[in-house]
Amino acid sequence: MNIPFKPNETFRDDYSYANSDAAVLRFPFPFPDDNYMYSVNIEPHVPGGPTPAFDNPFDVDEHYVAECRERAKVLEQDPSRCKVLPHMMAAEWDTLELIMESFATSYPEHFTLTREGINWTWENRPLGIRDSFTFGDASTLPLPPFEYITRQAQGDFTLQDQREDNLFIDGGMVTTQADWSMDFNVGMTFHQWHGPVPLAHEKGVFDRALKFLLRLQYGAPVRRLNWTMTVNPRLDTSPENYPQWGPDRTTVTPENVGRKLHLRVELQSLFRLPRSNAILFGIRCYLCSIEDLARVEIWGKRLHRVLRDLNPDIADYKGTTRYREMAVAYLAPFDDGAALPTGTAPRQSTLPPRSTLTSRG
Amino acid sequence: MMAQTIALRVAAVTPLSPTLKAFTFVPAAGGLVPPSGPGAHLRLFLRDGAKLHKNAYSLIANPADRSHLSIIVRRVAASKGGSAFLHEQVGEGDVIEAGLPANLFPVTRTARRHLMVSGGIGVTPFLAYIAAFAAEGTPWQLHHFCRPDEREVFAALLAPYAGGSLHIHCDGTLDGLDAALRRQPLGTHLYTCGPESLMGAVLGQAQALGWPKVRLHSESFGGAVAGGEPFIAVLKRSGIEVAVDAETGLLDAIEAAGVEAPCLCRGGACGQCLIEVADGVPEHRDHFLDAEERASNRFIMTCVSRSRTPRLVLDL
Ligand code: FES
Repeated sequence: MNIPFKPNETFRDDYSYANSDAAVLRFPFPFPDDNYMYSVNIEPHVPGGPTPAFDNPFDVDEHYVAECRERAKVLEQDPSRCKVLPHMMAAEWDTLELIMESFATSYPEHFTLTREGINWTWENRPLGIRDSFTFGDASTLPLPPFEYITRQAQGDFTLQDQREDNLFIDGGMVTTQADWSMDFNVGMTFHQWHGPVPLAHEKGVFDRALKFLLRLQYGAPVRRLNWTMTVNPRLDTSPENYPQWGPDRTTVTPENVGRKLHLRVELQSLFRLPRSNAILFGIRCYLCSIEDLARVEIWGKRLHRVLRDLNPDIADYKGTTRYREMAVAYLAPFDDGAALPTGTAPRQSTLPPRSTLTSRG
Repeated sequence: MMAQTIALRVAAVTPLSPTLKAFTFVPAAGGLVPPSGPGAHLRLFLRDGAKLHKNAYSLIANPADRSHLSIIVRRVAASKGGSAFLHEQVGEGDVIEAGLPANLFPVTRTARRHLMVSGGIGVTPFLAYIAAFAAEGTPWQLHHFCRPDEREVFAALLAPYAGGSLHIHCDGTLDGLDAALRRQPLGTHLYTCGPESLMGAVLGQAQALGWPKVRLHSESFGGAVAGGEPFIAVLKRSGIEVAVDAETGLLDAIEAAGVEAPCLCRGGACGQCLIEVADGVPEHRDHFLDAEERASNRFIMTCVSRSRTPRLVLDL
């Protein structure tokens, strides 16, 4: 299947990013129930799920080309967004091998990997890349292997080294982060990294998740969803750039909240890497305006309930305090209060047009 | 969820000594073998008539081109199991099922220097280690302990690295190690693989000399064996009994019997698969239940835990 890329959309300035109807319907909606609480919501990362976003190890969608461009822009301004400690070289090659193999298998019309022993040729047609290199010899690639391949993938990636019964974040490509920064995370442990999350520590969520991940097996990746909200479809909401995006938060009004406010979902995947024994953490970010989400009946109603009843500590942490009430007011007319089935599948295959969208209340 | 397996064809069998044989495998269906790293092992599922042996062997190389996988197997004298089967019944062209390579004995990548101590066939993971260290240029030292009559066999296996810091000891004592343990610069990690008695002695000696625990590593296939004692799970509400054999997990067995059970992570972390225990004593292997819940034996996490009693009655 050919993916209709939208190479010219932007994630800054004029924010021309938008989801097609198909992209809305494949959104990895994160709320299976009417209320939200932290949990170890980890499941096997096997093909298939409530929407096609779960069909492949690494999802490529219509935003691929534009997102890779956005990444290049961020790196141009701030090369420190990609950092890998020297002892992670085997993990760099692991990552390149895993992503190239997955892309070539999942999307043969767009990516081709040809191998003769350790002589590889990689073709990435959407980005117009074709390189031949020697696997294992970094001098034959134009960039270090981890940077080379993660510049060609959507979402952020970190590399976790496993030692002393702990995981250390010893590398990463982080240009689309939701308010956390690679700069002060390189070398951190799993717990330090998850430091400020309220309630999660008391519930022992990270202790259990760490124990689980230390035993993660090659060939049995896992995934989980995380979410927050972002004003405007901005990928790079890093602390360093707060002056650029922070003020956006004051521009939300009851009139524009539907278009401006985006649910930001991270499809997080974790892979044990075979050669290095490190763990690759993929953080794939999806953005969808609440106006578009409300075009899916079951999602509009559920999002209303989740935001309305959100635990105040979590609401604070997610940074939603300022505009949560506006969002709840916007969504309320869509919610008739009827009981909803558990699960996140959209349960409809088309969307009502935006212009004729009216509330159902 | 069953773990993934691969079909491997035996490409070469090379006798190294009366009791040692090297096996080289390629994918039965063509293509590439799965990638692996130093310290990884391969579990072979050996079908010996009605018997199924599951044996784990260290991979002795991790070729970048993924053309093959290689192991060395010692025929255990009194073996009725996998090693005898491999030595006597498996030849070139045979196809064997295997799990994906897994690694319970990885290299510490931040170490500045690596000290390896092996006994007998326990040298196999270190053949892969040394290749990696040599490629990266990290300093290493190996002390290998073996019987005098096998010195030549191991010397030949280690010959490609003969220029390195290689010591083979055949005097039946660990004396040859003492100086190395005393004189290791900060940042050295110690790895040991071989008979339990050797590993225990090496680790004990290192600890007595003040080595911190985080720098000591030993090979163990313990975690590779998922199973345990067989038992019967009685599903009270469904009114059926499920036999859980030594190699199958409880949740897998319940699902195979056609009963739907809650689950999410399948690794003992998320808490979804919790089921009440009506009778019997669970063997808890999860990370979810707290000490009190465990002790009460009122709950079980079906994805990873098993039973201490021959029968376990579940509210399912
Ligand atoms: S399925 Fe998650 S603890 Fe059992």
